[in-house]
Amino acid sequence: MKYRDYYKILGIAPTAEADEIKRAYRKLARKYHPDINATSEAEAKFKDVNEAYEVLKDPERRAAYDQLGKPEAGAQGGFRPPPGWEGGFEFSSSSPADAESFSDFFETLFRRQGQPFGRAESGQGRDQHARLQLDIEDAYRGDASVLTLRIPQVAADGTVQLQERSIAVQVPKGITEGQHIRLPGQAMPPLGGGTPGDLFLEVSFAPHPVYRAVGRDLHLELPVAPWEAALGGKVMMPTPDGKVALTIPANARSGQKLRLKGKGLPGTPAGDIFATLRIVNPKVTTEEARRVFEQMAREVPFNPRAGIGG
Amino acid sequence: MKPAKAKSTVIVSLTLEELCRFCHADRSWVIELVDHGVLEPEGASIQNWRFHSVSIARAKKARRLNRDLGVNAAGIALVLDLLAERDEMLRRLASFEEV
Repeated sequence: MKYRDYYKILGIAPTAEADEIKRAYRKLARKYHPDINATSEAEAKFKDVNEAYEVLKDPERRAAYDQLGKPEAGAQGGFRPPPGWEGGFEFSSSSPADAESFSDFFETLFRRQGQPFGRAESGQGRDQHARLQLDIEDAYRGDASVLTLRIPQVAADGTVQLQERSIAVQVPKGITEGQHIRLPGQAMPPLGGGTPGDLFLEVSFAPHPVYRAVGRDLHLELPVAPWEAALGGKVMMPTPDGKVALTIPANARSGQKLRLKGKGLPGTPAGDIFATLRIVNPKVTTEEARRVFEQMAREVPFNPRAGIGG
Repeated sequence: MKPAKAKSTVIVSLTLEELCRFCHADRSWVIELVDHGVLEPEGASIQNWRFHSVSIARAKKARRLNRDLGVNAAGIALVLDLLAERDEMLRRLASFEEV
């Protein structure tokens, strides 16, 4: 188990007053909130900040944590709580019901006596929410996807352990970003027995190097050669479903949007694909290519800067 | 552990009551979000409201912002508008940087 320096996580001194702790927490919570901060490390940072605040905002927990002390620098073998740690402290859970599990350090030290969050004692179980990130291709095909959840479980000796639970989810064909998949009765069953609630998965798409999904529509940038744009004609365009022929109108402009109806994400109606043209010049490396461009320069009357007074 | 096979359905739409249960919120808070234009249900009266996927995802986001940062309905409406604007700008910026 790794020791966690909660003061360092919040960027405050161990002598900080309660007000100072709250201010530091609020500032960092705003900064790293996963709905606001889109960077990849934001979610983990937000969780760390919440875990630190969960301990330091509560005078009892903070006192217990301070009493643990920092492990000596360079100590080997990970952190172990001192003997007798379990005695004397009663912690009440104050976190939101749907809080995710925190680090092993937190779970071991502060949740031992309590019950894990998010589970009712008996009767009708709570619903659970999780996120499911898919590739756009998965939504085209309707693939099976395996989801791994980390869920606090109470072991036979009463301690809380994090258990991994894998669920195979059949991704419905044509699902779009922001839609929810419902898995009836797949939430964790209540501790004292009873009916488990539903598990809801919010779908998002992993960033794709070529496509960007907006609802059922897909957007992409399509490179074309200068002569393809000038003369028009059919070009082969990639789609998640394979290549299709796209007709380019003569005298197409860079930035022009072309719509391919019904080739977006499947559904009723199916989405469209929007291709934004980008004219790309070939590199002139051969005598032949140089000759052709020189001929165009001589024979094609064209001033691309006419519109800006050039 | 072996993956358990689970039956799955896509949520098409939710009523007001279902949405409240879905994001652990009360009726008045959801109605306030509708009043601020954060959520756009289909249907003329509250009894007939149906919330579709975009609104469901936004309601969850709104609930998180409210719970984690203490933002009220007006603040959420503003935050979501500005975030949409920011994301669009970041996207356009990225497309320029690629070229």
